[in-house]
Parts: sequence; C-alpha cells; structure tokens
Amino acid sequence: MSLQVELEQHRNVLIVRLRGELDHHTADIVRFKMEDAILRGRCDHVVLSLKDLTFMDSSGLGVVLGRYKLVKSRGGRMVVCDTQSSVKRLFELSGLFKILSFYDNERSAVASLEVVS
Amino acid sequence: MSGHNHMKLSFASRSENEAFARITVAAFITQMDPTMEQLDEIKTVVSEAVTNAIIHGYDGSSEGIVYVEAEIDGDTVTISISDHGKGIEDLELARQPLFTSRPELERSGMGFTIMENFMDAFEVVSTETGGTSLKMKKRIESKKALFN
Repeated sequence: MSLQVELEQHRNVLIVRLRGELDHHTADIVRFKMEDAILRGRCDHVVLSLKDLTFMDSSGLGVVLGRYKLVKSRGGRMVVCDTQSSVKRLFELSGLFKILSFYDNERSAVASLEVVS
Repeated sequence: MSGHNHMKLSFASRSENEAFARITVAAFITQMDPTMEQLDEIKTVVSEAVTNAIIHGYDGSSEGIVYVEAEIDGDTVTISISDHGKGIEDLELARQPLFTSRPELERSGMGFTIMENFMDAFEVVSTETGGTSLKMKKRIESKKALFN
C-alpha cells in the first residue's frame, strides 16, 4: 500500500494532492515533499486536496498538523478540501477541524486563499 | 454470521507492516458483514496499535515482533495487539488526548483517543519489561440485520 504526492503551484498557492493511504510508514514522504516545496517554492499558502486519500490515521494527523504550523509560522494559510468521510471524521475527532478550514473542492479552496493574499 | 472464528498473526516491527496488519484484520472481519464505516474504524484502530508497538514498544527498530489476534464471537470482534518491547511508563498520561512521549517525531498524540472512540471496549496492560498488550472489542451489527 503506498501513497502518491502530487504537487502543483498555482500562483502563490501550493496544491498538494494525496492519493492512497497516509499512515506512519507513508508520513515521511509527505513531510519531505511538502517541506521542500514550501521552503524552496514561492508559495504562501497550501491547499491539501484529499479526494483520493482513502485512509488516514493519527500519524497522518501529526504530519498535517506539522505542516500547518510551518505554513502558519511563515504567515500563510493551509486549507483542506475534498475529504472522504472516514478522513473527515478523524479531523473532527482530533479537533483539527476547528483550526483548519475545509472546502468541498480545489476551486473553492484556492479561491478562498486568493482573497486572503 | 454467527459462531466462533479466530486468527493470529505475527510479523516484524517494520512500518511497511502497518498496512499489512490493518488490511488483513479488515479482510478477516468482512465475514461479519460490517458497514464501510465499521471497516474503516477497525482499520484505523489496528493501524494505531501496530504503529504504537513499532514506534514506542520497539523504538523504531525492525528487530521486534508484533502480534495481532482477532476473534469473532457472534456479533462481537475482539482484537488483541501486543509487543514484547518497552512498556508504557505512565498509562494515565498516555491515554490523555494530544499527549505524546515523542514530540520530536511529530506524533499527534491522538492514537489512544481514536482507539477508545472507535471501539466499544478497550483495555491496555503494560509492564516495563514485558511489553504492551491492547485488547479491544467491537460489536458489529451486520448490514443484513439493519435491513431486516
């Protein structure tokens, strides 16, 4: 079981699409790829697009929280879109639902950030 | 599904095996005809417990062995996950939401909270030298029963 990370830059917004299963084993790939793109790229904000993320556990929550802190410390915002119900439930249970904004699709997520910047 | 069935699994404490363990247990309980939501919950708790054994029990070493057992008794599944690694120092503290003994590893500290939430019964036994053993139960109302 693996995880694919697809990155796309849209002006100053980094779109991160995760496909597969995010657990302790696959967390490092997400951490390194996102960290690299955020620190090297010229993006202020991040959209985490999770339509094809079929599984996530608390290790995944840890990685998301870590990247959220990084983006925030650089003055940006991170939002999440297109979550499947099982993934969404974990965000709710952990309280991350309260600090991250959630959108139905990438377009509305990106639009929300363009208003900010 | 009624009656009794059980399975036992042991594997190296490698992170690749987290997916193997949760998928295997999920496949085993499909005979109980669970809903997708129940399957997701079972996969998540198995993933949490196996990850804990690897990260905390064996300190990330792949030399340890993780044991997973599942037992179906009527409409209830009992899942036991154990390791022979380092035990949990303070169980009360470990069960607190957001607590993690390894903040440098970017843990969310939500593992126990998730397991307690997704299962009907949850108990943990841990000793400094004997490792940690989790036992969890969940009642699976089959989809057929819901429709009848």
